[in-house]
This record gives sequence, C-alpha cells and structure tokens, in this order.
Amino acid sequence: MDFNDSKEQAEFRAEVRAWLELNANRRADEVQIMRGQEGGYERAKAWYKKVADAGYACLAWPKEYGGAGLSQIHQVIWSQEVADFDTADGYFVIGIGNCGPAVQAFAPEEVKRDLLPKMASAEHVWCQLFSEPAAGSDVAGLRTRAEFDGDKWLLNGQKIWTSGAQHSDYGVVLTRTDPGVSKYRGLTLFMIDLKQPGVEVKPIKQMDGGRHFNEVFFNDAVVPDAYRLGEVGGGWGGALHVLMNERMAISGVQPNGFAQFLHFCQHTEVDGERVIDDPVVADRLASWYARDAGLRNANWRMLTAIAGGGVPGAEASLGKLVGAVMNQEIANFSVDYYNEAGAIMDDTVNVLEGHFQRSVLFSPGIRLAGGTDEIMRNIIAEQVLGLPQEPRVDKGIPFNEIPTGS
Amino acid sequence: MNFEFSDEQKFIQEQARAFLGDKCTAAQVREVLESDLTHHAGLWQQVIELGWPATAIPEEYGGLGLGYLELCVLAEEIGRSLLPAPVSSSIYLATEAIKLAGTEEQKRAWLPRLAAGEITGTVAFAELDASIHKGQVAVEVAGGKISGCKQPVADATLADFAVVAARDIAADNFSLYLLDLSAEGVTRSGVDSLDPSRPLGKLELKQAPVELLGGAGEGAVTIDRLLNGAAILLAFEQVGGAEAALNMAREYTTGRYAFGRPVASFQAIKHKLADMFVAIELARANAYYGAWALSTESPELPLAAATARVSATEAAWEATKENIQAHGGMGFTWEFDCHLYYRRAQHLALLLGGQRVWKNRLVEQLKPAASNSHTL
Repeated sequence: MDFNDSKEQAEFRAEVRAWLELNANRRADEVQIMRGQEGGYERAKAWYKKVADAGYACLAWPKEYGGAGLSQIHQVIWSQEVADFDTADGYFVIGIGNCGPAVQAFAPEEVKRDLLPKMASAEHVWCQLFSEPAAGSDVAGLRTRAEFDGDKWLLNGQKIWTSGAQHSDYGVVLTRTDPGVSKYRGLTLFMIDLKQPGVEVKPIKQMDGGRHFNEVFFNDAVVPDAYRLGEVGGGWGGALHVLMNERMAISGVQPNGFAQFLHFCQHTEVDGERVIDDPVVADRLASWYARDAGLRNANWRMLTAIAGGGVPGAEASLGKLVGAVMNQEIANFSVDYYNEAGAIMDDTVNVLEGHFQRSVLFSPGIRLAGGTDEIMRNIIAEQVLGLPQEPRVDKGIPFNEIPTGS
Repeated sequence: MNFEFSDEQKFIQEQARAFLGDKCTAAQVREVLESDLTHHAGLWQQVIELGWPATAIPEEYGGLGLGYLELCVLAEEIGRSLLPAPVSSSIYLATEAIKLAGTEEQKRAWLPRLAAGEITGTVAFAELDASIHKGQVAVEVAGGKISGCKQPVADATLADFAVVAARDIAADNFSLYLLDLSAEGVTRSGVDSLDPSRPLGKLELKQAPVELLGGAGEGAVTIDRLLNGAAILLAFEQVGGAEAALNMAREYTTGRYAFGRPVASFQAIKHKLADMFVAIELARANAYYGAWALSTESPELPLAAATARVSATEAAWEATKENIQAHGGMGFTWEFDCHLYYRRAQHLALLLGGQRVWKNRLVEQLKPAASNSHTL
C-alpha cells in the first residue's frame, strides 16, 4: 500500500506540471465556484486544442486514435495536476468519456481512424443520445426508429436531456430497429453526424435558468451503415457499455459540494464566530468529510484495480449516488446558514459568489442526470449484490404490444 | 500508486477467514454471550497458536515483526466472525500502549508474554462521568498507589494487567500506569452490557501498587496516538461485521418469498440493501486509508483515524440495524443471529468514545489557524 509515484510516473508528473505552468494559469480561487458559463465553450475548445497539440489529449488511448498510447495511470496523473489550473474541458467529457470507448469497442477500423483523432482533440464534439420523452429510467423503452433504406439508415423520432447537443458534431444514438421483438432485442446503436438537415436541436431551459440539455429531433436523418456500432439488434449491450463508462467519467468530476462547504466553514464568520466552531456545523461537517473522503478513497481503490488490469464494475454507481445526494444536502444546509440573506442571489453579496444559491437550484438535476438515485440503487442491488430483478410486465412481449398508458 | 493490500496480506486474510468461518460460528459467539464466560478460551488458544497477538510486536520482543496492515486484515475477519475474545483490549490497546510508551525494561517484561499469549492486558481509561478525551479523570495516584473506580473496562475480569489513566495528585499531571490486576487493592467485577460476547467490567482500586508507563504527564499524548491506531483497527472490525450483516440480509431476503416472489426482488428491500452496501464501501475505503496512515505513521493519522472511525461506526449502525428489519419479526428474536451483529456494533462504536467524540476529533483536524476569515 503506497501512494508514491514510480520513477517513470514521477517524471511524467514533473513534465506535465512544467508544461501546465507554461501554458495555463493557476486557479485564482481557492475552490472551484459555480458561475455563469458565458464564453466557456470557446475557451474550452481553444484550451483543448493546445492540450492535443502538445500530445496530452486522451493519454490512455492508442496513438492511431489520437491518444498518447500511455496508461490509465498517466491519465490520472494528468487529471490530478490539471486540477490546480484554471482550465475547462467539461464540454468534452461525454464524448471522450462515454462515446469514445463505445466507438473504440464497436466501430469498423477505418471509421475509428477517421473519427476518433478529431474526438480526442475536441475538434469534433460528441454527445450521447439515449433518453426519450417516453424512455427515461426505462431507457430500453425508447421509440426512435432506424430503418434500413437500401444502403443507409433513416432515423425518425425524438431524444431528450441530451447534454451538449447544441455544441456537438456527432452523437452516439440508441434506436429501435425492430419493434416486433422484445424491447431489449430490438435496439441498435449508431454514430450519427448531427450537422445535417434531418437533425434539429432545441435547448431546454432548466429550472435554474441554464440551458445545458436539449431536445433532438430526427426527421429522416441519414446514417451510413458503417456508422453502426455492433450488430443490428445488439444495441442494448453497447448501451450498457456506454452507460457504465458514463458513470465512470462523471464519478471523477461530478460536484459533491464538499470542497466549497469546507472552505465556507473554515473561512467565514457569522455573528463573530467561525462557522467551523459551531457544534451544529461540526456534526454535519464530520459526516460529509467522511463521505467525501470515502468517495476519494474508493476511487483510489478503483484506480488500483484498473491499473492492475481490472474492469470497473457497477461500483461506479456508488460515487454518482453518494456525490449527487450530498451535493444537494450541502447546498441546502449552507444557504440555510445564511438565514434571511440566504435567499439573495447576487454574486457581489453572497459568500463564494453565490455558489450555494446556484447549487440549490442546479443540484436536483445532478441526481437525475446519468440515472436517478433509484436506478443507481437498482444497479447496486442487482449487479453488485446479485439481488433478483423486479418481475416485469413487459418481459418477453414484443415491444409494440407493451402497454404504454397512452 | 497502489491502494490495496499485498498478496501476502490477502493470503493472511483468506487464511483467517477460512479458520474463523469454520471455528467461530454464531454457536461459539453464543457460548460466551449466553453465559458468564469471559471469552471463548478454546478459540483464543487457537488464535494464540496462529500468532495473532504477536502480529505487530517486533521480533526482538518475541513477536512476528509484521505490521499494522497485517493486523488490519485480521481485524476485518475478527469483526466478520464476531470473535468472542479479548482482541481489542489486549492486542489493539494494551499491547500497543506498551509498544508506544513503555521503557525498554517494560517492553522486555511484557511484550514477549503478550506475544506468546501467556497473559492478556486491557486499558482502564473510562470512568462513569468523566471523558478520557478531555483528560478529566478522577482516579488518582499518590506515592505509587492508585485509588478510585474505573468502568467500563473491557475484559476486566479476564485481563492480567491494565494500563490505567490516572492523575498524580502531587505532580498535578495526567499519566498512564501499569497495574497488575492480581495485586492487593484491586477488586474487579463484571458489569451487564450491550454485548456480553465482549464483556465489560469494573475496577475498584484502593491503594493498589502501580508503575508509571511512559513519561510522567504524558498520558494525554500517548492516549491520543493509541486511540488513533485502535480506531483504525476497530474500523476494520466494524466493516467486517457490517459486511456480515449485509450478507445475512441478502441471503434471507433472497430465500424468503412473500406475495409470490423473493422478498429481495422488491425495490424497497433492494434499495435498503444498496444503502447498506454504499455505507460499507465508503467505510472500507476510509479504513484502507487509515491503514495506510497507521502503517506509515503519516502526519495525516489523526484525520485518517477519525474519518475511518466515523465512517465505520455509521456503516456498522446502518447495516446491523437494517439487517434486523430485513428479517422482519424473526430478526427481533433471540434465536436469530441479527442481534449478535447489532450488539457488537454497539460495543465497538462505544469502546473508544462515540460519534460525538470522533466527529469533534475529525473537525479539530480541519480547523485552520484563526485568520483568513471573512465576515458574512
């Protein structure tokens, strides 16, 4: 058991740090604060181009796909070092984290060599198109049709909750190719070029006022057969692959609110007393510290397993569940601590520039995105603990005979 | 970077699990729980033969010269099997106290006998209305003689000696003392407790002869370090017990049918068990970090220990209480073993001070120097 770098890892870390010092600015804030995101996308693209040109993009991917041909541990070292700098790559997490592995696993070789390097450098931005208005937690109940038409596929239907679709060039899309068989067997996974006339993207205004998610409409959108990911009818297996990578990708970066809360407790005085000296706070601070540390340490265990050649299991669902719930609790507790002033939303008035106020309004979405709390618990119960599935009335019935309530 | 136990340590753990799984079932735990026995003598003898008390004692004092990581993996299995033996009192606390604070002469006198299992020790820190964590003890030493009452003391009626926290009246300081429990002036008795499979007792001391352990006035410092180490070892016991409770809930709800289907297929039950798993995984991860901090004597030890402790107590509570609920009415019977885990979880959670104490210890480590604040 040790946390020391090997000689080679230490050298790589020093190299990365030196490069970052020259090419990025150290974070001015002591903690990362949630702010409005004007101009963020353009800055992120410019930053990522620099990263890619220097050879630090997708360190663990093979070189022929635009990576550096290094290991997952190199990627971890990069993430640890870059965390101290004011950079943004959140727009590319879904493409590189979720779509990339699926494309690598299922796409034909020439397509991989064509598309992956541009994904790796963020020249092309990707999104993931699974959820539909009538298929959320029950995502396999989706209805977007893909029909083979001579030499290509035509897509018709609607996706929803698509993060970043407004910026995306490509997407990984799950479709129904055969409504006449049971629902999991009639699905097929594709890549799609989103910059075409048959695709329309409409941002959704969220309860916090932001526009992170989109509706995406397909109207005879065209997909070449070479963009099919896996077998016709084998889409569900591919989708599970993507979803597991999604939880992996976000479990490292999703906010759980603790760093900001600790900063608030340590550096704020209310009624002449440091927040951290309040016994009511101490009880919560200790519990949340233990949870935050548990997530961090569980992540070390997962990385150790990956470094040893293991495959991340459904355990990644744990990080998503714990972090998202805690994030909302912390936001509420912190706003509550401000008393009447907690209701004010004004960056110039609030401590941490309104971080907790913004978080109160945004945090419900984190508990939903990537699977609800309930779905995370089902995954843990069924895939980790091996508990039996709930009996389902749609089992074994052709998709087009399943009751829909409409 | 490697945040996992070594293959050798895992092998030790597997051997321990196989041995305890075979020899230390609920029947053996109940032999102690349902009687006035101080411990399971047969099992303890086998544990001695396996060398567990000698694990973290240096070879020069008759030990095996292994480290805390080996002790941690053993502790997890001890917790899983609810071993009814003086492990925490003698191995995690009394032995460690002598290792930490003993003079060369004291180490030579006590450690080889502890390693060989010839004797067991305990610590006598707590008093009914005084918190050891603030050094507020009423038991006093004057002229090399100790007087007062210590309770609860784990394994008080079994142990051969105790490390006692007391105040020296003349010097007005707080120190640790070695007390031979067979000495004149020592009256010991058992007390009823939440988990009689790890009995508690009472020491009434009247002018009993004691010997200083460590420097005069250094009691608080030694206890602080001792509690940090023991908290991590206990966290492994708590995680092991919590996992056993979760497994018990899983087996029962999978096998039992209601409304024509396994109880475990209901989401209400699945989510309950998922929450138990989550608490245990977080606690396990924090216990591992604690093990690393303890084995390297990291400056982070105080924070890592408090974190492991807070997490493990929470996980053991969550798992053992919900295991009873998952069993329905049968979970509330004496016959079913749910209460063995529930009782042990209570015992372990209180042994070194409860959540109030450990949450405060954790937060103390997070307090910055008093500057750099801004007013709301």
